[in-house]
Amino acid sequence: MTLWLTLAGMALVTFALRAAFLVLPPGMDLPAFFKRALRYVPPAVLTAIWAPEVLVQNEQLPAGVVAIAAAWRWRMTFVTIIAGLFALHFFAWLW
Amino acid sequence: MTSGAPVSNSSARNSFAAGARATLPVLLAVIPFGMITGVAMVASGIPPLVAMLMSVVVFAGASMVASAQLLASGAPALLVVLTTLIINLRFMMYSASLRLHFAHAPLSQRLTVAYLIADNVYALMLGRFAEHPEDPGKFQYFLGAGLVVWGVWQVAVLAGVLVGAGVPAAWRLEFAAPLAFIALSIPFLRDRATIGAALAAGIAVALFHDVPLRLNIVLAAFTGIAAGFLIEKRR
Repeated sequence: MTLWLTLAGMALVTFALRAAFLVLPPGMDLPAFFKRALRYVPPAVLTAIWAPEVLVQNEQLPAGVVAIAAAWRWRMTFVTIIAGLFALHFFAWLW
Repeated sequence: MTSGAPVSNSSARNSFAAGARATLPVLLAVIPFGMITGVAMVASGIPPLVAMLMSVVVFAGASMVASAQLLASGAPALLVVLTTLIINLRFMMYSASLRLHFAHAPLSQRLTVAYLIADNVYALMLGRFAEHPEDPGKFQYFLGAGLVVWGVWQVAVLAGVLVGAGVPAAWRLEFAAPLAFIALSIPFLRDRATIGAALAAGIAVALFHDVPLRLNIVLAAFTGIAAGFLIEKRR
């Protein structure tokens, strides 16, 4: 029962966030404060998702640094993933 | 028909195909991340069918991985939903940005766009709309990209659900999930304020590491947003 309730809640919340501004009537504009706050949501939230897996005292830290450099240089997700996974195994072997 | 201009059938098909083709490099990230999400859900005790249902109705990988871990630790439903809200808050920003291109489209098209919003699809759209701001086939392009990513994602999650713990742990494929989010976060670092927001969130999530029930992500998100604001104001 809890699982179904959780599932319904997650689905509702996620769709509401995605639809929020797309269902607003064309004439309505958003408060400037809100627009400014939203600008910082992706960098803050995306970083908060990956940082706990990278900021640890083992090979994940240098592998994360390699991945950040690859992402900065090439801006291609699969290059970042491949570089990061190779670096992870390389530093694990080196340790 | 996003801006009122009529779209002929053949140009609509072309836009759809162009959108679908544009996803090819992105799929190399969608597939491993989808599989990891499927594995994480069944590993935390979610029945396979419920995991697939979740993948279809929620369709947001990071929040599903986090929720699976929370459910396994016995967290209350309300907290799982709150964590989902914070992790998926970025979709609201994508929604505000896409509104500029779809505000005059029919409601059915806007709801379709809303459902298909994903980090990598949004990133593709930004590039496309910057190059072709007056493209009459915007919706068809979005649909082509969105449906391909959606379909491949579901198949990848299904593969992860079926394989379960069958992927050798020595491959350490679970690390592909944070790597995918590194790749997604870097393009948002455009100035001092956005870099500050990311740094503050990263430091906060580590500092609040021992806060129970993964509330450190929620705290870190707000710390990051506040830091971005403060840096913006100081200039």
